[in-house]
Parts: sequence; C-alpha cells; structure tokens
Amino acid sequence: MAGGGGGDGRRRRRRKMQLSRLYSFACGRRPSVADDDPGSRIGGPGFSRVVNAGALAQQPPPEQLLPTGSNSISTTKYNVATFLPKSLFEQFRRVANVYFLISACLAYTKLAPYTSASAIAPLVIVIVATMVKEAVEDWRRNQQDTEVNNRRTKVFQDGAFQDAKWKDLRVGDIVKVEKDDFFPADLVLLSSSYEDAVCYVETMNLDGETNLKLKQSLEVTSNLQDDESFSSFGAVIRCEDPNAHLYSFVGNIEIEEQPHPLSPQQLLLRDSKLRNTEFVYGVVIFTGHDTKVMQNAMKVPSKRSNIEKKMDWIIYLLLSLLVLISFIGSIFFGIATRDDLRDGRTKRWYLRPDDTTIYFDPKKAAISAVLHFLTAMMLYGYFIPISLYISIEIVKLLQARFINQDIHMYHEETDTPAHARTSNLNEELGQVDTILTDKTGTLTCNSMEFIKCSIAGTAYGRGITAVERAMAKRKGSPLIADMDNGIERFQPEGNIAVKGFNFMDERVMNGNWVNQPHSNVIEMFFRLLAVCHTCIPEVDEESGKISYEAESPDEAAFVVAARELGFTFYQRTQTGVSLHELDPLSGKQVDRSYKILHVLEFNSARKRMSVIVKDEEGKTFLFSKGADSVMFERLSSSEGAYRQVTQQHINEYADAGLRTLVLAYRELEEDEYAYFDRKFTAAKNSVSADRDEKIEEAADLLERDLILLGATAVEDKLQKGVPECIDKLAQAGIKIWVLTGDKMETAINIGYACSLLRQGMKQITITLETADIIALEKGSDKAAITEASKDNVVRQINEGKKLINASVGETFALIIDGKSLTYALEDDAKGIFLDLAIGCGSVICCRSSPKQKALVTRLVKTGTGKVTLAIGDGANDVGMIQEADIGVGISGAEGMQAVMASDVSIAQFRFLERLLLVHGHWCYSRISSMICYFFYKNITFGVTMFLYEAHTTFSGQAFYNDWAMALYNVLFTSLPVIAMGVFDQDVSARFCLKYPMLYQEGPQNLLFRWARILGWMLYGVASAVIIFFLSAGSLQYQAFRKSGEVMDIESLGATAYTCVVWAVNAQMAITVSYFTLIQHICIWGGIALWYVFLVAYGAITPTFSTTFFMVFVDALAGAPSYWVVTLLVSAAALIPYFTYAAIKTWFFPDYHNKIQWLRHRDRGQPDSNADLEFGQALRQFSVRSTGVGVSARRDAVELVRLNTKVYHADPPQLS
Amino acid sequence: MDPFEVEGDSRKSNKPKYSKFTQQELPACKPLLTPGIVVSAFSLIGILFVPIGLASLSASQEIVELIDRYDTSCVPMTDKVGFIQNSKTDKTCTRTLTVPKQMKSPIYVYYQIGDFYQNHRRYVKSRSDKQLRYKEAAGLTKNCEPEGNSADGAPIIPCGLIAWSLFNDTYTISVNKKAIEVNKKGIAWQSDKNNKFGSDVYPSNFQKGNIIGGAKLNESIPLSEQEDLIVWMRTAALPTFRKLYGRIEADIMANDQLTVVIQNNYNTYSFGGSKVLVLSTTSWIGGKNNFIGVAYLTIGGLCLFLAVGFIVLYMFKPRALGDPSYLSWNRDILD
Repeated sequence: MAGGGGGDGRRRRRRKMQLSRLYSFACGRRPSVADDDPGSRIGGPGFSRVVNAGALAQQPPPEQLLPTGSNSISTTKYNVATFLPKSLFEQFRRVANVYFLISACLAYTKLAPYTSASAIAPLVIVIVATMVKEAVEDWRRNQQDTEVNNRRTKVFQDGAFQDAKWKDLRVGDIVKVEKDDFFPADLVLLSSSYEDAVCYVETMNLDGETNLKLKQSLEVTSNLQDDESFSSFGAVIRCEDPNAHLYSFVGNIEIEEQPHPLSPQQLLLRDSKLRNTEFVYGVVIFTGHDTKVMQNAMKVPSKRSNIEKKMDWIIYLLLSLLVLISFIGSIFFGIATRDDLRDGRTKRWYLRPDDTTIYFDPKKAAISAVLHFLTAMMLYGYFIPISLYISIEIVKLLQARFINQDIHMYHEETDTPAHARTSNLNEELGQVDTILTDKTGTLTCNSMEFIKCSIAGTAYGRGITAVERAMAKRKGSPLIADMDNGIERFQPEGNIAVKGFNFMDERVMNGNWVNQPHSNVIEMFFRLLAVCHTCIPEVDEESGKISYEAESPDEAAFVVAARELGFTFYQRTQTGVSLHELDPLSGKQVDRSYKILHVLEFNSARKRMSVIVKDEEGKTFLFSKGADSVMFERLSSSEGAYRQVTQQHINEYADAGLRTLVLAYRELEEDEYAYFDRKFTAAKNSVSADRDEKIEEAADLLERDLILLGATAVEDKLQKGVPECIDKLAQAGIKIWVLTGDKMETAINIGYACSLLRQGMKQITITLETADIIALEKGSDKAAITEASKDNVVRQINEGKKLINASVGETFALIIDGKSLTYALEDDAKGIFLDLAIGCGSVICCRSSPKQKALVTRLVKTGTGKVTLAIGDGANDVGMIQEADIGVGISGAEGMQAVMASDVSIAQFRFLERLLLVHGHWCYSRISSMICYFFYKNITFGVTMFLYEAHTTFSGQAFYNDWAMALYNVLFTSLPVIAMGVFDQDVSARFCLKYPMLYQEGPQNLLFRWARILGWMLYGVASAVIIFFLSAGSLQYQAFRKSGEVMDIESLGATAYTCVVWAVNAQMAITVSYFTLIQHICIWGGIALWYVFLVAYGAITPTFSTTFFMVFVDALAGAPSYWVVTLLVSAAALIPYFTYAAIKTWFFPDYHNKIQWLRHRDRGQPDSNADLEFGQALRQFSVRSTGVGVSARRDAVELVRLNTKVYHADPPQLS
Repeated sequence: MDPFEVEGDSRKSNKPKYSKFTQQELPACKPLLTPGIVVSAFSLIGILFVPIGLASLSASQEIVELIDRYDTSCVPMTDKVGFIQNSKTDKTCTRTLTVPKQMKSPIYVYYQIGDFYQNHRRYVKSRSDKQLRYKEAAGLTKNCEPEGNSADGAPIIPCGLIAWSLFNDTYTISVNKKAIEVNKKGIAWQSDKNNKFGSDVYPSNFQKGNIIGGAKLNESIPLSEQEDLIVWMRTAALPTFRKLYGRIEADIMANDQLTVVIQNNYNTYSFGGSKVLVLSTTSWIGGKNNFIGVAYLTIGGLCLFLAVGFIVLYMFKPRALGDPSYLSWNRDILD
C-alpha cells in the first residue's frame, strides 16, 4: 500500500474535483489580520509545546523536553493500585456508611452490645458488594479503553508507513489516516490525497454535527503527496499547550528554519472521521489525554433523584429518632445505675456495683449514661437499614436492564434498543411534570421530503401532510378519506420508495411537464434545483445509482427531487456541475455541464443562497433560492405575473406545516458579472474587519431584479406515532414545552400536527417582530432598543396573564420567540413569564438558542420545583439535557452528542410514552414501596429491641443473638424486598397505557408522600409492639414445654425473631400486587433461611454459637407453644395492615387500586362499554390538578383552521 | 441460564430477546382485596384461632399450680438485708400449703424471683463459656471481672457474676408430714450438660473471696453435673423469672398438706425482689398461662367480628366495586 499506492492515488486525485472552491467564503477562510496576531504568543506561558516531527524527531529538542505523553487513554475511575482506597473513600462519603463504620469500630470496645465480628460482617458484605459492582463497571470501561487503544493506524517508521496501535503513538510521529478512519490523536494536517491538500472531516463524535468540515494544509507541506517524501521531511511545531477549545488553535510550523503560522484549519481532532478523502498525512501534536476531545470530556453532572434526596431526610429523621430513644434510654439507665449504690449499700448486689467498671459505675452514673448512649446508638443501629443503599442500587440496575430489554422500545429500522445510561434516575421517570422537547429530529424525522411545489403559479404535488391529514380526520370528509387511501397506496406504511421524495403529480412526472403551459419555466425550475446547492454526488459504481452527500437534509431533498423529475445531478468537478437533463425539444436525455463561477453562501442573515453559473452556450445565470420574506422584495418589479398566486400557495404550504423556499433566477450581462467579480474578489481578499460586510454588499448588488420561478415545499415529517404519544402524555397530565430553533410559523404548524395545539385553544403570542420594534431597530441606539424590547415583552406577558385570569374554562397556548425569550428570561421578568407559562396548556419557544433552551429548562426546574425531562437529539440540546432532572437523548441521525449527555436514550420520540407511563410509573411505584417497606421492617426489628432493652433497665442488652441480628438485613429479609423493587407491578403495562392518568401518582408524589412514609413507620412501631408484648406475654415465666423448662433470653429472642421474620415476610406477601414465582421463592425462602440458620448455626460448637447452641433443635422445635405463639403473633401483627388495606381499597382507592378493580371486574365479564365509561370516569381523577390533559387532547373537537394569519415558512438551515 | 444474559449472542442485532421474563410478563397472581377475599381471610383466621385459643386455654386451665411467696414472711420485719447477709443466723423457714386439686406427676418445682435483672448486660456478659467447657481454658477469665480471679490471682472456676450469684435457697418438701423426694437430676438442658459444661472441669476458688454471692459448689463434682448451676447460668429473659428447682415424681392428692422447709439464704431484699416457690404440673402448652388462649380468642374473635363487619358493610353499602358510578368525588364535579 505504501509504495505502490502512490501513483495510483495520484491518478485518482486528478479525477476528483476540488471542493475547496465551493466554499468560496464561508469555510476556506485563512486567518485574517483582524484576529490579532497570535503567533507572537508562541513560546510564552500556555504556548510552550514544541513538537519535533519527522526526521527532526531524533534530535534532542532545543531547550525544552519533548512532550512524552502516551496516546493511550483511560477513562476508568480506578486502577489496580487506587481501587481500594478510592472506592472505599467513595463508600464512606455516605452518611449511613460512616455511621456503620463508627459503630463497627466501637464494637471493638467494651461499649459494644454485641460481638465485634457480627457488627463488622454486614458492613463488609455491603461494602464488598458495592465495590464489586464498581469494579465490574470499571472493568467494562477499561475494556472499552483497551479496544480504542489497540485500534490500528499507520505510522512512518524506518522509511515506510507501518501498522501501529493507537496507544503506541508519540508526539511528533507522522501518521497516515485513510478514508473513513478515525484520527488517532490531534494531528496537524500536512497533505492529503487532493492536490490542494484539502480533506473532509466528520466531527460527529465531537459536536454531533453530521455535515462535513473542510480542512486544508499549509502550502509548504501540501506537496508531500506520497509515502517516500517523508523520509527527508522534518519540521518543528511550536504551539499552545493542551486545552479544551475545539475551535481555536495557535501555533507555527518551522520547515527549513522558516516558520509558517498554523490555524485550526490545519488541526485534525482525535475521534473525528476522515471522509471523502482517500488519505491524509499528519503530525501528531497532542496525544491521549492531551487531545482536545479528551480535554473536553467533562464529567456528566451526577444527578440524584428526588426520592433519593427525600430518602436522605428519612435517614436523618431516623438518626434523630435513634438519638432520641438512645437518650431516653441513657437517662433511665443512669438513674438505675446510680440507684445501685446508695449510702454504701449495694442494691443490685449481683451486679457488683461496688467493684465495677466505668460503664456501670453508680458513683459516676453520668459518665456511664453517656457511654451507654454510645452503646444504645450501636444497638439501635438497626433502625437504619445498612443494606438499603446497596439494595436500591441493585434494584435500579436490574430495572435499567428491564428498560434496555423492553422489546416495545426497540426500533427495528435503526436496530436501536432503549438504553438507560444511568440507572439512578429510574423512578424519576415516573414523576415527570414537564417535558421540554426539541422539535427537529425529535418530534420530526429530520429527513426532509420534497412534497409540493408551485411553478409559474400552478400548484403541483398531491401528497398530503400530517397536518392536512389531521385536519381531514376531524372533518371526516369522505373526499379526504379517499385521499387518505391514495396516500396509503402511494406511500405504503411510511416506507418511502425514494428517501426525501414524496412528490406525486402525473402532470410533471415522467417528463410530462413538457406538455404543461410554461414548460420553459418548469425546465428552469428543475435546473435550478439541480444546480443551486452544495451537495456532492456519490455514484455507486456497481448499480450506477447516485446518492448525495448534503450539508442539510433540505438540500438533499432538492437534488433528489430534481433527479426524480428528470434533472439528474451526477458530477461535481472543481469548476462546475454536470447534469443529465431531459431536453424538452428532442425528449431525450442530454448531458449538460455548468461552470460554477461563484457560490454565495447561505447564512441566517441573508436567508438565501445563490450560485452564479455559466452554461454551455456561454450565458451567465444567477440562480437563487431563499425565504419568501427576502426573496419577494428582490423580485423584479416588472415581473409580477404569478407573484400573487405563488404567495398564496406559499401560505397554504406553511399552513400545512411545510418548509417553503422561493426559487428565482436572473440572466447576467457580461459586464455586470465582470463588475461583480472584481468587487467580490476584492472583498474576499481584503483583510479589514468589515470584510464580511463588503462581501455581503457585493452579493446584494447582484441578487436583485430576480425572475420568480416558483416555490418548493418540503415536509419535515413527523416521526411515527408522535401525535398519539403527545396525546397520551398530555392525558397523563404531563406538560409539554417545545423548544425549537425553528421559526414561529413552522413551530405552530408542527404544534398542530402533533396535537400539541388544538383549534379551541387561545394562542398567546409574544414576539418582538412588531412594527414599532422593527422600526426602532433601524436606529442604532442599542440601549434604547433593549429597553423598549424589554418593556414590550413584559407588557405582552402581563397582557397574557390578564387574559388567562379573565377567562374561565378556556385553554391557552403560549408561543414566544427567541428574541423575546432573551428578555423574558432576565431575572426580573422570569417570574411572571413562568407564571404565564404555567397557566398555559402548551408552550412553544421558537428560535431559541441552545443556551436559551438550557435556561428555560432551569427556569422550569427551579421555578416550579417539579421534575423536568428534556428530550433532544442534537448537540444543541446537550445543554438542556444536562440541565433537566432527566435528560433523554434520541439516538437518531444527528450524532451521539445528545445521547452521550443523556440519562436515557431512546430511538424514537414515541417510545417516551412507554418509558414514562410504563417503566417510569413502575419504577416509581416500586422504589417508593420498597423504601417504605425497608424502613418498616427495620423499625419493626429495632423497636422490639428497644422494648426489650426497657425490660433490662436499659442496660444495653440485645434481645437477639449477635449473628442473627447481623444477618437480618442481609439474609432473611433482603431478597423479597429486592424482588419487589424489580418485579412488582401495581398495574400491568397494558393498563398503564390504557389509563395514562395513572401516571399522575408520580408527579403528585402520592406514593412517597410523608403521610405514607410515616404511616409505614408507625405501622412498624405498632408491629413491634404487637410482636414483643404478645410473645413476651405468652412466654413469660411459666414453663413453655411439657417437660417443664422455662424461657431464657435466647429462646425468647429466637421466638420473637421468628415472629419478626414471619411478620415482615408475610407483610411483603400482602403488599406485593404481582405475585410471580420469584416472589414466592424470595418470601418463603427468606423464612426458610431463618430456620436453616437456626439449625445450622445452632449445630456449631457452643463457643461460637454461644446461647443459640441447639436453641431450635433442642428447645423450640419440640415445644408446641413456640409454634402456637409464632402463628398468633405473626397473624396479629398483620391484621392492622390487612384491615387498613381492605378499607382503603374498598372506600378510598388510590388510582391504581381503581384500575385493579377494573381489571378484576373485566376478568369476569369483558364488557367493553362499561369499560369505556369507567375509563372516562377515571380520567376525571386528576384532571383538575393539571388542566393540561384535556386541553391538549384532541377528543372529538374539529381541527379546523380558522386562523387566516399569513405564515412564512422558514428557509432551509444550511449551516 | 441467567435470563439477563441475552447480550452475548446479540452481536448482529441489538434487538432484545423476547422472553416472558425480560418483558416482565411472567405469569402472576395479582391479588386484590375483594370482599370475597377479605371476608374469607378474616373468617379463616377466626375459625382457625378460636379453637386453638380454646384448646390452649383449657390446657392452661388443666394445670395445677401452687404458688407461695415466702420472701417477706421468712424474715423479720426489720433489717431484712442485715438478717440475710448475716451468715450466722438460722434462716430456716417452714411453709405450709394446701393442694387445691390433684397434681399428677411429674410435678415441677420452681423458684421464682422478681425484679432480678439477670438480663442486665453486665451480668449476661460476665461469664466465660470456654472456661466452663474446657479444662485447659481455666485462665480465660477476661469477661468475668470482678469475679474472675481470686485474691491470689488464681482463676475462679466457674468465674463471673452469674455463677457467683448462684441461687442458694433450698426446699425440703413433705406431703402430709411425709418427706417426698425432689429429684434434682435432669433439670438442665441435655445439650447444655453435654456441650457447654465440661465433665472434666471442677469448681475451684469458687466463693472464696471476701464477699460471698450465693451458693457454693461441691468441688468434687464436675460442672456438667452441677445442674443447679447449669439452670442458673441460662440467664432469664425478663426480670421476673422462674427456674427449675427439681421434680416431684409422685402424684399429690387434693387437700394434701404440703410442708416446705426453706433455707432462706438468697438475698433479694437489697433490691426489693420477691421470692416465690412454685409447684406446677404441665400440659402440652407448658405451664399455666392463660395469656396464649385469651390472646387467640381475642384475635380470633376480632377477625370474626371484622368479617361480619365487612359483610355488613358490603350488604348495607353495596358498593359495586369496579363500577364507575361509584367514583364519588368525581361525580361532584361532573354534576
């Protein structure tokens, strides 16, 4: 490859066009003088890197040491050496764990109420389990790193390019990267397979943009075009130190003692991809963690769910309870201890208070009490469930697995399943109050389809848009129904025959356009579509099919449309484009080439793009396309034949939710062009600060007196199922805000299409596109403009609020544009803005920048205190995804940036429905039940110990055997609660989706409100009281066996323990609402384990099992009273809950109870009618609280477009 | 085997594998507290509990228990503590009891002490299990202080406060003036005798200090045969407790005169505890305690009451559960 490929490559290179010319002034810009000379800073602080490349690499570097960073990367949190200390540190950042560690340490003192080993063991088990989990996760990361580090690239060594691993790259190496390979490190581009040393780079991994970026090397190195030339090449590069700025680079390259300045234009960044270029050569300047992409890899802010935050409070509450009861115990203990020795006479002589230790010293009762306090704190440590955190983590991990495994959230076309990237937000998915969504690519497919056009005043195209279909459905018109059928035939199940083309009209297709009136205009229209763009054709050599590489989907749609209509653009050379054209005269395909003289780029200010071409006859044309707002004013005044009609068509298209563009052209005179060319070239070559303005001016001069051809309409199709999904989410009471970069009109139309806006809604529009503000903007006083704009926005907001307050029973939609948003988000206005927005059913923010999206998200999050979810697909959504409580990334066409920043990724917007309504609700309901139950079972356990201690004059004696206590949380009661957290379903998936209102249990936090938590805790206390007093009362001092033996501490402890195990496990059995085999195994297994433990532990030598020696086999098992008491106590402990639950489900059912009733009734008699009725009634449940569910529902209301306001469609986003 | 392990073979496609487990569609019982279930659950508990309660109660009632508190009457009214602590005084005390009902053998003799905190942490911990079990572990007296070693440093066997405070009242019982044997063998748990107390461990230095706690031990009998000690060393759970003293293996008829000669040595006067002599027969449920039977009857009755209550509720407020028209608070709004 290295040797032979050279000549071959050169030939190929000649055939390729040079695209650099296309990017006449937008891209190929060399650093201008205006950017103050950065070269002067080289060598100074922050600019100290020196790279010796090629032949010079062997020489010792002058003055400074050669940077020696390896190119291997490591994203792991730990390594072998740091794992132990670092992960331990992480573990003990949790309050609860520190508490347990202190307890464990104190267990080695005399203070301990139990043996030290039994205190340490559970902590060790929990910590080790967590660390194993950490280690496994880190190991996975490590494997990913290894994969990346071992990727292959070609490095110049010993006179030739040889295979090497990425990790072996060193600064100064010369590498050769081939087409479609990733750059292994940050490189300085030396040369490429193109003669002018340009190359194309896809930076999807960096910023998510899929369009290709052009890079070009310095002229001095551009001649290094084959492998051999590097034998003698040597250079010194001096540049900035590693930093995170992706778009800046300062440095110079010294070749033969001659320095040349380097710019970002020569920098190839790691993890971007070489495209459309056979190969490039480059010098490694930053490796591994020095690369810009790694420097950019910031830690995703770790998010914690509300439930977890609340759980901390519960822990604090329990800790204070713990302190309280320990304190009470200590006081009693102090009094009792002081009483033991009075006037030299001992009371409880058997305790030897006269000869005692400090822990029980009557003379120093106060100190003893203080020390007892510590003992009690250890003893009641069971209030705080040691295994809670690890259990929750396991549960969440498994829940996340289920989300990943859900076949209903798998997208067949892209082969993407849902992916919960962080598992700690699962239950938050069930509490979402507001969804903030991006539009393009999230609600829509971001694949444009050419659907209609208007040429010479005639509208073509019979395609029907989603908006039109929605309208037709409401009207129920039979005519539309026919059209609907037509659609089905034409476009089977959304599977488009030609991607980007959904146009059907027999009048112009298959060459029939030649018979239409104005066929010359149609010809010009199609030609313009085929010529006026910046796409690159790719001809598949086998099939001869042509596909296009375009910067934006709009452009691709145009070229595809032109191809389908008979004007196939098949080649782009350095200087021009070539088409297969249908010649109207001969009716044959002819090849025509057009010389491209200039491209006048699109930008958001110009809102148009033009090309200047010279055809084969030598005529020069200006082809122009752009937004109607700018194009109509540039039309020739004399030419107005079908201007009105076209305007009419454009309005109709915009109403139908389409993006429209106006096409126009003009033939240029020879001298006119020559004048422009001079002026334009001069402007381009100027280095003054107003260079861009000069270019603009020159272009403006030419782009006037245009002749109208017509207009195009492109549909950004809604993703499948989006309206239904939004409808469902709205029914679930979730508010949906659309934050889009699109124009107001487009956003509104899409709002209608996806059932976010409804005809009955009143629209409150806040915009600065008003006449007075525009007039003001013509002036130059910036302060005045700002002030007036601010006043204007505030006034509009207040008017809107008045409107809402004044009307009853109406729903509102708020639409605000980006400029107004800037003012509305200012500190003094954002309060009222939020008030207004909350009062509205739907909110649409148009023309919003990524930063504004993030700010709006923050405003909603902090302003309402509710859970927000942001969903988006592009790099511009990253801010809001990170800002929101939950970020959801759409793993769609726009790269991985959003996905990388997200907490959950899904392939399609519609999967959000299942993610929230089913998985979110389940996770929320599971986790909240689980935590409540967790505290219940530990309080039950802890309070029995407290009650017992009260019977020992609070001496700190434990009721149960040490090891039995230690294993309570890890063995006998842990599995059922985990099983519940993973598998429980209050309502099946089908019913979750059928009755979306159920979701409101989450946002209203019905299942984790304090009343419920405290209720469970109180129930735990009640259970403990029942268990302790019933078992102690039953087995007090009389014989408990026929053979006359009496109870001792351990037999009574073991009996009470048995009752606790039965009670909490049976409690689980009546709490669970989805009883699978797994639940059975876990619950009854937990109880069985206790008996196994009793037998096994009791069989060990008594020096270890101490008082539990043979306690079961010898004493308890043979005593009927033991079994009778077990039955009595566990049944008695459950009766309060059972009664409560029965009354609650009968008379005060929660929403999920209602659905359970419905399901129960359905099983008997599948009566769909009553079913519907019931469903209707259920819906009323929480409508009042949100007001949104109904408002966005499409119910039976006709969607008729009454709004006759003229909309302008927005121009394609080319940049 | 692990149902989650579906990722391994999904190289080609990321499609999740379908299984009832991964899709969370496992067959399950979805219990709902319907009137039928609630009423039958309560009825079932009631129907089950009432007979058990009756059986327990009758078993408890069958038992004949003879209780005699003697701590107050066996000492002079003044300076009880001084009296009991004086080793010189004669502490013999005779009690006469009448048997109300026939007592069938075996009759268990217990001593019951009140307000004695055998469950105090200091007390419970004050023993050395190894020393009790193994001859060579005689020196392991770490937990036993201040009764670990004698004044000259030799280890006390058995050490610790529990052994030191061994109960030392003795009872001599005669029925109708005829002495009756109280069998003191076999009163301790067999497992304790075999595994916790060594047959080659003999008491030494026991009760030789300046304060004598309780009973002394015969130094020629190994610990495993010292059943009084073994019984005592099983610390009681609650401050009022009984311990087995012995067994009378002969029936005692109703109205028999029982004379008990008590050596009232044990000091419960310092802390105001009671001492009670108990003679009791047993049944399957153990000793006499109506608590279990009453509790069963109470809970059984409560459940039956609740069952009836729910039936009545269901009859008088026939709430067709699952009927939409009963979602009351919504109707208010709709009307």
